[in-house]
Amino acid sequence: MPKKPLSVYIHLPFCVQKCLYCDFASGPAGTDEIAAYMRLLTKEIRSFEAIASIYRVETVFFGGGTPSVVAPFYIVQLLNQLRSQYEFAEKAEITLEANPGTLNAEKLVKYREAGVNRLSLGLQSIHESELKLLGRIHSYEDFLESYELARQAGFANINVDLMSALPKQTMGKWKKTLETVAALNPEHISAYSLSIEEGTPFYERYGEGRIGRLDLPGEELDRAMYHYTKEYLGSQGYSRYEFSNYAKKGFESRHNMTYWTLGDYVGFGRAAHSYLEGKRFANPSEKEAYPEASRTAYQRFRAASPQSEKDAMEEYMFLGLRTARGISREDFRKRFGRSFPKQYEKELLELYRSDLVEQAGGRIWLTDAGIDVSNIILARFLLD
Amino acid sequence: MSIPQDHIRNFSIIAHIDHGKSTLADRIIEQTGLLTAREMQEQVLDNMDLERERGITIKAQAVRTVYQAKNGEEYILNLIDTPGHVDFNYEVSRALAACDGALLVVDAAQGIEAQTLANVYLALDNDLEVIPVINKIDLPSADPDRVIDEIEDVIGLEAHDAPLISAKNGINIDQVLEAVVHKLPAPEGDPQKPLKCLIFDSFYDSYRGVVVFFRVMDGSVRKGSRVKLMSTGAVYDVVEVGTFGAGQLIPCDELSAGMVGYLTASIKNVKDTRVGDTITDALNPCSEALPGYKKVQSMVFCGMYPADGAKYPDLRDALERLQLNDASLTYEPETSVALGFGFRCGFLGLLHLEIIQERLEREYNLDLVTTAPSVVYKVHTLKGECIDLSNPTNLPDPAVIDYMEEPVVSAEIMVTTEFIGPIMKLCQERSGVYEGTEYIETTRALLKYTLPLNEIIYDFFDALKSRSRGYASLDYSLKGYERSDLVKLDILINREEVDALSFIVHASTAYERGRRMCERLKEEIPRHLFEIPIQAAIGSKIIARETVKAVRKDVLAKCYGGDITRKKKLLEKQKEGKKRMRQIGNVEVPQKAFMSVLKLDQDD
Repeated sequence: MPKKPLSVYIHLPFCVQKCLYCDFASGPAGTDEIAAYMRLLTKEIRSFEAIASIYRVETVFFGGGTPSVVAPFYIVQLLNQLRSQYEFAEKAEITLEANPGTLNAEKLVKYREAGVNRLSLGLQSIHESELKLLGRIHSYEDFLESYELARQAGFANINVDLMSALPKQTMGKWKKTLETVAALNPEHISAYSLSIEEGTPFYERYGEGRIGRLDLPGEELDRAMYHYTKEYLGSQGYSRYEFSNYAKKGFESRHNMTYWTLGDYVGFGRAAHSYLEGKRFANPSEKEAYPEASRTAYQRFRAASPQSEKDAMEEYMFLGLRTARGISREDFRKRFGRSFPKQYEKELLELYRSDLVEQAGGRIWLTDAGIDVSNIILARFLLD
Repeated sequence: MSIPQDHIRNFSIIAHIDHGKSTLADRIIEQTGLLTAREMQEQVLDNMDLERERGITIKAQAVRTVYQAKNGEEYILNLIDTPGHVDFNYEVSRALAACDGALLVVDAAQGIEAQTLANVYLALDNDLEVIPVINKIDLPSADPDRVIDEIEDVIGLEAHDAPLISAKNGINIDQVLEAVVHKLPAPEGDPQKPLKCLIFDSFYDSYRGVVVFFRVMDGSVRKGSRVKLMSTGAVYDVVEVGTFGAGQLIPCDELSAGMVGYLTASIKNVKDTRVGDTITDALNPCSEALPGYKKVQSMVFCGMYPADGAKYPDLRDALERLQLNDASLTYEPETSVALGFGFRCGFLGLLHLEIIQERLEREYNLDLVTTAPSVVYKVHTLKGECIDLSNPTNLPDPAVIDYMEEPVVSAEIMVTTEFIGPIMKLCQERSGVYEGTEYIETTRALLKYTLPLNEIIYDFFDALKSRSRGYASLDYSLKGYERSDLVKLDILINREEVDALSFIVHASTAYERGRRMCERLKEEIPRHLFEIPIQAAIGSKIIARETVKAVRKDVLAKCYGGDITRKKKLLEKQKEGKKRMRQIGNVEVPQKAFMSVLKLDQDD
């Protein structure tokens, strides 16, 4: 039987210091703590041995946190562990998230040797004032140095993370960030609008009803920045393949596409989420809970019940519609053995008439206007 | 236990709201040993959750207790606790008809209030003996001598030997009990005569059918008696008779003249047991029925609709059962374009409306949409017809209307002299006509006004309290109808008229009301994918407009790795919010928006 494609996510919840907007499971840690975590993580990966024979690894993603703060031999070890269990696709995409200020030539070479072939660099902004405001530890110069080192080390697939709709940000400053970064010619750019999450220092300052909120760009400016991003990056050879992701042709992140197209993925580490055999399960995000959770992960996966068809259909729609390719009736029929529920047809017709979705060649996707208000639209694909 | 008829006392406690009726009832129950101190909870007779939460009595409640008096003899005390708010006067009068006497509780600090007077008059109308009781003597501001003088001067009741008590601290409760035994009359009535009972309340029990509360005037009734309800002629065999324990029904063998109790007879048809009706013996009927109660007039109407249209039959059943327990509630079916099938319900006042709405939602688990309350207008057409209009939507074409009349009330507001100015100003703002002032004593006055009912049903009570720092009290009764310059204000949402939002206002305030209504709706209606104009119109003339802007941005930029649960929760929240909306054309309107008109004055 041919093996099924699998994406693997590995969470490394360590960083130099928390950014002010960050609500991911992450924080600074000592070497002992990191070593202890790695032991648990390795065991967790090993505990999923039984599934290895039916899957072929297509992508691996080291996310965090800042995976580049841990000693590179851990990355080597983890990849070796995976390779010892799983068959890897010939052109497997192996991504590592890294932050400027935590990289050097030596580390980069080791990543390359271990098989990492895609680097995702967190820059966010080229302006010192904005970097400082976000609580980033690096300067634009640091980024530039890391970027050059990565190229020299042979990374031919680099993503740069950027952030718009920052407090006090003007259109001019955002344009400058975009232009400067595009000029470096990375293969991939992620451009997010800042979202203020509860439990972060930013929420205290900019959350609902807070005074600082006034400094955030209004909806109109936020959308103008978003629309400009597509337009400008488009002119530079990047196409938007998901709400916040732009890539040169052939450099779309295959790992991320797995999430949006209901592909199988397994997540290891604190707060990691998995979708295997139609089952959704996850490790808790609390630090204290991970040791126990890492030991029970496989049993929990076995004991979990597959999601309902209703859940799967809803997810197919609201995840698929995040992508530029969108969804298709044909895919849907293949996956679920039936055509769209009436509710979907009704909503799609209405959305089509309001120019919020577009369709061609059997595929359906959100228009730019549709993306702007996508939460409202996607909620309509939850079934009654 | 056989206690002679002359050792029975049927009495009520009447008072202005918050003067301590229910607390006194607690103490009486406790001191007569019906409940031990451990079993006691505060305001034990307020057994509805709603009553406990709001700290008010809504339903009259009956309880029977046995008191060993100081002369060594045992007396049966049937105590009926009554509500104090003006909206529930009807409950009070029903309860009083089953009694022979009443305790009038007056707060030793506040003295006589508007509802004190109103309730005393109700008691006297029912030929009850009234004993004044001065409560809250433990308060630092208590001034019992002044209050005693007030009672004597204003009401004309002998009050110098009134018990001075603190119900809260249990002081001198025995004096109250002795007064009940010695000063209130025993019930009259002849146990040998044909059975004659007055129904003063009833409720529906899923197991026993209708439970009827009544007072035996003549004759006696027991298990197995075949009884007839005189207004409908329906005949039933009594399954059980009994008396009122604290919060429970206690079966007994027989109830005879002078006694208060309940019966069950497997009565399934709730319409058979009208409050105020007379029960008699089917085989040996009494010659004529008791006069019963005068039919109450609903003062305030509103539309009540099930949030889920499929629940219409449930709402109908719930109203039918609630009416059994609250005869002052009226309802009839109506249809709204915006809200579907529902009922136009009539209430004694706004508090009554709120209470019924909450009882429907809690006791019957219904989710309701309520439209703005309206009074009943009289519409005189050019053809000389007169239409009673309780639903603004049904207003005929202005071209065929000759003139309209609105209900007005005689209002009596009791207030300390320092607040006379602000209260008079308030009454003027509400189109009141000054009728006079009576001084109760040098520092307190009774202001008399004629006010449009429409002006006082919304928030007059609150305004009164806030402008008098809580000291003013109000009583009112319907006076009649007066000609008035009225118009119907229609609301258009996205250019579609929403019948359930129409209301009738004075022409002079229409512009202001329309503007505020639009502003309020703008706040209530969430932004949509398109712009929504909200307009107020009189006929075809738009007098106000607001716009709910279209949503420009509602997008989750970030994708949390493989964690799609957060995303899904967000979408589910969005969908859940939508469920609580009413679809008007292609606009989702939150259910509470239909009550918006109520809050128009709260921004003052």
